[in-house]
Amino acid sequence: MSASQLVEQMKTGLDAPICLTWELTYACNLQCVHCLSSSGQRDDRELSTAEAKKVLDELRDLQVFYINIGGGEPMVRRDFFELLEYAIGNGIGVKFSTNGAFIDADKARRLTALDYLDIQISLDGVDAETNDAVRGEGSYALARRAMDNLRDAGFGPFKISVVVTRHNVPQLDAFKELADSYGAQLRVTRLRPSGRGADTWHELHPTNAQQREIYDWLLAHGENVLTGDSFFHLNAFGDPLAGLNMCGAGRVVCLIDPIGDVYACPFVIHEDFRAGNVRDAGFAPIWKASDLFTSLREPQSAGACASCGSFDACQGGCMAAKFFTGLPLDGPDPECVSGDGQPLLEAVERGSVPRPSLDHSRPERPTPVRLTRKPLVTN
Amino acid sequence: MGIALDSRLELHPQVAVRPEPFGALAYHYGNRRLIFLKHPDVVAVVEALGRHHDVRAALEACGVEEDRWSMFVQALSSLENSEIIRERITAG
Repeated sequence: MSASQLVEQMKTGLDAPICLTWELTYACNLQCVHCLSSSGQRDDRELSTAEAKKVLDELRDLQVFYINIGGGEPMVRRDFFELLEYAIGNGIGVKFSTNGAFIDADKARRLTALDYLDIQISLDGVDAETNDAVRGEGSYALARRAMDNLRDAGFGPFKISVVVTRHNVPQLDAFKELADSYGAQLRVTRLRPSGRGADTWHELHPTNAQQREIYDWLLAHGENVLTGDSFFHLNAFGDPLAGLNMCGAGRVVCLIDPIGDVYACPFVIHEDFRAGNVRDAGFAPIWKASDLFTSLREPQSAGACASCGSFDACQGGCMAAKFFTGLPLDGPDPECVSGDGQPLLEAVERGSVPRPSLDHSRPERPTPVRLTRKPLVTN
Repeated sequence: MGIALDSRLELHPQVAVRPEPFGALAYHYGNRRLIFLKHPDVVAVVEALGRHHDVRAALEACGVEEDRWSMFVQALSSLENSEIIRERITAG
């Protein structure tokens, strides 16, 4: 079977997800302006420890190899280590994303002692000014302290995870140098207009000239830089970037949110893309047979892109990016490199754009970074 | 090191294999590599390696026709590079 046949096969869905993101809590000590899940405050309906373990049992039975844990800030959950150890003990590898605020020297040693664990520290600038403008005052120092602690504990190659914005594109080389200096691996992903990003995407997303710069840079670095396969819309520039050239939503990817809702991908927390809740009959029936996931696995129309010679290369881009900018799903990506998204974007009436379904932002903004977790989980 | 018909191989102990409609997914918990086994015959052979004397015996046991053996040896070499399978360590 050739690689392209395999991609066609994968579009019809897998028996279990490859890339399952599980956001453990909506609570977060930060309030990043592009947060995909509009996190801040805990939700009273979040899964209990017992419920979360039941989901992990199911994922083990489905032979899900690893899960991506996020939030909110997952480490504010009191049972964070308990769930981590439970997953790993059941043969489920864990990659978790964190802002690093809770990785002190002691926690760094505890994390280092675990096998099959990967850690991604989020950082959106190589200096405090660039980073903190997006992630909040003091967040750069917290992330760097976590990196220092992981290095000192001998954790090994953790990941530095960057959301690419128009302000940090010029820093790509510097991010790589920073990662190298820690013996870490660099991961860069695409900014999505999801969650609070719906309000900031228009000001933060890379310019057209920068998109070319990102493409050239990624092509030059190949598999040495991880991307979560999130830049496949750039493939229309020429040679394909490393990774799967397809939208994985509901096919190889899905999201379990803190209250047990299952969405097609981490970037579409919206009622239209909610496939079910694990509290009803568990995760497996949702993955295998929900109406939403079944429809996402059917052949998708190229729509307005059908006549474009680049469609095979870019696949029409990202479903979430189109949805939350008000563009039709069977048309060009808002960042279509041929420029076909721009006139459509300009024609969208602001009031007609779908809004994210949930918002857990704290009422007062911006808030200073708090280091104690107690007030966060009890409010 | 090259893989040949008389190589004695086994699934790497840190690898899990999950059946899928196209064949299977193999995941190496140590190096975090996810590999697609793109044909059910390849899956059968990979899983049979540890139970048979050598590659040739595994291919025969799985009913793979002789004219496809060289292709399978090539596929197994690439899987060995990814550490999905490895040389059997035990003697005998």
